[in-house]
Amino acid sequence: MDTEKTLYTVTVYSENQVGLLNQVTIVFTRRQVNIESLTVSRSAIPGVHKFTITAYADEDTIRKVVNQIEKRVDVLKAWYYTDDEIIFQEVALYKVPTDSLLDTSTIEEMVRRFNARILEVNRTYTVIEMSGHQDEIQALYENLEPTGILQFVRSGRIAITKSTVERLSDFLAEMERRKICISR
Amino acid sequence: MEELITGAEAMARALKAEAVDTVFGYPGGYIMAVFDALFAYKEEVTTILTRHEQGAVHAAQGYARASGKVGVVLVTSGPGASNIVTGAADAMLDSTPLVIIAGQSGVDKLGSDSFQETDLIGITQPVTKWNYQIRTAAEIPWAIARAFYIAREGRPGPVVLDCSKDAQAEKVDFHYEKCTFIRSYQPYPSINETKIAQAAEWINSAERPLAIVGQGVQLGHAQEELLQFIEKSGIPVATTLMGRSVLPASHPLNMGMVGMHGNVAPNRKTNECDLLIAVGMRFADRVTGDEKSYARQARIIHLDIDPSELNKNIHADLAIAGNVKYSLPAITALLEPSSHTQWVESFRPLQQLEEEHVISKDLHPQGDAMTMQEVVRLLSELSGKNVVCVSDVGQNEMATARYFQASPSRLYVASGGLGTMGFCLPAAIGAALGSPKAEIYSVCGDGGFQMTEQELGTIMQYNLPVKILLLNNNYLGMVRQLQEIFLEGRYASTRMQNPDFVMLTSAYGIPARRVDRREELQAAMKEWIAAEGPSLLEVQVEEKGLVFPMIPSGHPISDMILEK
Repeated sequence: MDTEKTLYTVTVYSENQVGLLNQVTIVFTRRQVNIESLTVSRSAIPGVHKFTITAYADEDTIRKVVNQIEKRVDVLKAWYYTDDEIIFQEVALYKVPTDSLLDTSTIEEMVRRFNARILEVNRTYTVIEMSGHQDEIQALYENLEPTGILQFVRSGRIAITKSTVERLSDFLAEMERRKICISR
Repeated sequence: MEELITGAEAMARALKAEAVDTVFGYPGGYIMAVFDALFAYKEEVTTILTRHEQGAVHAAQGYARASGKVGVVLVTSGPGASNIVTGAADAMLDSTPLVIIAGQSGVDKLGSDSFQETDLIGITQPVTKWNYQIRTAAEIPWAIARAFYIAREGRPGPVVLDCSKDAQAEKVDFHYEKCTFIRSYQPYPSINETKIAQAAEWINSAERPLAIVGQGVQLGHAQEELLQFIEKSGIPVATTLMGRSVLPASHPLNMGMVGMHGNVAPNRKTNECDLLIAVGMRFADRVTGDEKSYARQARIIHLDIDPSELNKNIHADLAIAGNVKYSLPAITALLEPSSHTQWVESFRPLQQLEEEHVISKDLHPQGDAMTMQEVVRLLSELSGKNVVCVSDVGQNEMATARYFQASPSRLYVASGGLGTMGFCLPAAIGAALGSPKAEIYSVCGDGGFQMTEQELGTIMQYNLPVKILLLNNNYLGMVRQLQEIFLEGRYASTRMQNPDFVMLTSAYGIPARRVDRREELQAAMKEWIAAEGPSLLEVQVEEKGLVFPMIPSGHPISDMILEK
């Protein structure tokens, strides 16, 4: 049975505990879901780390994956989103020969059109940076390709919810309330 | 006033602070310091030296299952640590609270492939509820407190602590504080009152309700609450394998066991009921068979403490997260007293069918050869009121689950989720220590017994009153059964040439006797039960015995086979 697969963005908030990344990725592996991109960094809350993971799956599977991630003791909360529920961005770096920049105006036009910017120029190469959605980053790549690309790298996705409710803050407040109840 | 003690001493004091009275273990280079520290407290904390680390973990599981307390294991690094993996995986699937402490090489050697170093954290992450590497002595009280809290609270499970030898040797100013809260862990999800009311409404209006109850009722100490629920509602109940002990087998509403080798009536009725109430169970594939055809006609209410189990294997129309100790009575309070006489009566013809086609053949076979089932039923009849009966895995397990009459005071213990052969003997050792007033039975097959038979040494050393019932058919019976039914009798690697089990057991100074004639069985079993201390009774059962009913793996319940 082949059900429709959607690109989901999973966000995980965890305590900063050694080995957490492994614990999170194991759940994807066991459920045979390939991770498309993964970004891990400190969140705005001290001691709390944020994972942003994208993966193609059907909703039933991604819901189970998220539940099993959240089951891990050191994971605070995990959620999954479709693209219409989040603002998301990726960043990419393109290294092109400086000669191609100087020889024609193509690269300059591309940089303007795609709202990219030049980070570094030297005699040998030029590094262009662009942030956007995956298809935009890919479009710039394809446009630059004829001029020659020496290196290309793109980041994983980062995302922020469109919702006006801050679910993690609410969760932490609720847990603080429980802690106070217990200590009484 | 500051008092500096070693990390190993801190570990021993922390275990005492958690009221640990028994530790199962096996020493080695990188954990000797902790054994040494515990030696000073040997009046309060008994250390049981098993013959293999796997045995130590299964013993701790048996201890935990029989006593309701956390089982504690202490092993060394490297092979000692990797030998705990099977037991941890077993405890993870069967929700058994364990704290397993392993030694580890020095901090400066970590990651360098040093002697007896193994990445225990990496290895055990998928099979533990939590694991943590202790690198400094200062972390020890915090880690131990947290480990016991996590192992015990909510849905129980195994915790592994990987303790560097440096942490054991360092000095620390010891202060112990029990863990009562972890910000990232909600052990007891809040019970949704609206859903409770909805559940009660559905139960009140159901015409053919069926309850399936699992080990969650035992782990949540909700046996009383279950009784009140079923007696007020008049709902027939079936148990899972892990839930055999939550309700007396003799209760008129106890319809037996569901699942692959469960009873005919509750299995068939799963696909006839209009409301299925699942309590503290997880819809394992051995219970459901083919999930797509499972209870399609019924509304399903699922009560479980672990939110990740809800809607995991079977979609629930009403999923209620929370401890069944509280969710169940909340529902009961809203129920109108009822009895479903006609519906309960409709189970009888199916019970009769099973009686004729399966049970009578199991218990009153035509031939001279004894069946496992008749031997287990005799044990059930001759044993007392306070019993822990541990089975191994395979045909012996199914015979025991079906024919040992369990109840809250006659515990049936088995390796359910992982199906670990060799579980039985060490688990019975733990049960004997965890429930010292109970009669302890260990029902093994010849295959599983030989996987951990070295634990006879542990039984000998501590003179533990474990009664071993060895059901010998000279085959790996369950696989042989599958080969007979599905593989045209090609018995690939299932025939066993066995040792003389009586001589083997006698070598450990444990009384042993073999019975191969039915006429001798009753007297021999009475003598074996009455004996002081450990004793083994080997019974030669029919070589090609079969366990029925049987739902072939992955098939719908309707494909149940009653006989060959």
